[in-house]
Amino acid sequence: MAMKDPITIRNAVPDDLDAIIAIDDVGPKEEKPAYWRGIFERYGKGERNHRIFLVAEAGGKVVGFITGEVRAWEFGSAPCGWVFALAVAPEARETGIAKRMFEEICGRLKQAGVTTVRTMVNRGNRVTLSFFRSQGMRTGPYIELEREIE
Amino acid sequence: MKLNKGSLFALFAVLELAADPERQLSTTDIAGKYGISTHHLAKVMRQLVHSGLVQAVRGVGGGYRFAGNVGRTTLLDVIQVFEKLDSELDVPGDTNLEGDPVVAELRRITGEIDDLTKAVLDTITLETALKGTRRGRQPAAAAT
Repeated sequence: MAMKDPITIRNAVPDDLDAIIAIDDVGPKEEKPAYWRGIFERYGKGERNHRIFLVAEAGGKVVGFITGEVRAWEFGSAPCGWVFALAVAPEARETGIAKRMFEEICGRLKQAGVTTVRTMVNRGNRVTLSFFRSQGMRTGPYIELEREIE
Repeated sequence: MKLNKGSLFALFAVLELAADPERQLSTTDIAGKYGISTHHLAKVMRQLVHSGLVQAVRGVGGGYRFAGNVGRTTLLDVIQVFEKLDSELDVPGDTNLEGDPVVAELRRITGEIDDLTKAVLDTITLETALKGTRRGRQPAAAAT
């Protein structure tokens, strides 16, 4: 990807899945095809405005993706937007692609009727946490708790 | 969490300088703006120069200039020049409480709080903090 290639943000289509699987660097690779096919089935149709699956394209190549949806009344929360996956190909980072995708998904979530967007990030993932903070996100009113099940 | 004075003064100075990395400011300029001791700030600035976050500019009109990367340097990077941010349990030294389960549990809890505090401060870059200050300055009507 050349720096000057224009970036397009659009709905994901089935042909994007291989590129999405290649860009996704979280978790075991062998489980990715089934996982992303399932996500695409639920979020990639582009016909329900409360489920959103977008890709960033530059130079004819998919260089990033973002997925989210409106969730209502989980954990007692009023309806709000959740972003649950965001990634940019290493060669396309620091070019503003994540910001463009995030702004687009926030716009779509707003059209779907919500005014708050949330996400959850491993606190060791400084890059992603720093990115979301740079977009104005702050610690919210919910605290994630967990324990081992013996 | 209570930041010590050194950390707080360093954050004032670094954020002030990082807002315009081309600009040079003296300790008097910064101390005057925040109403803090010039003498104490001068000591803080020496430590910041030593850490590489700030550069001293000599000569007429000299002062200090930001020398780090605004988009990479975090608030924690600045604070850790002055303190470790680890909670301290003042367990009396003349008792044998180190292995006590209550003390151990309190250490786990304070450790959890420390980890969260550091995770917040380590992911807010100076650029993000400065953006936040600009948002905070916007009049309410413009923000809607």
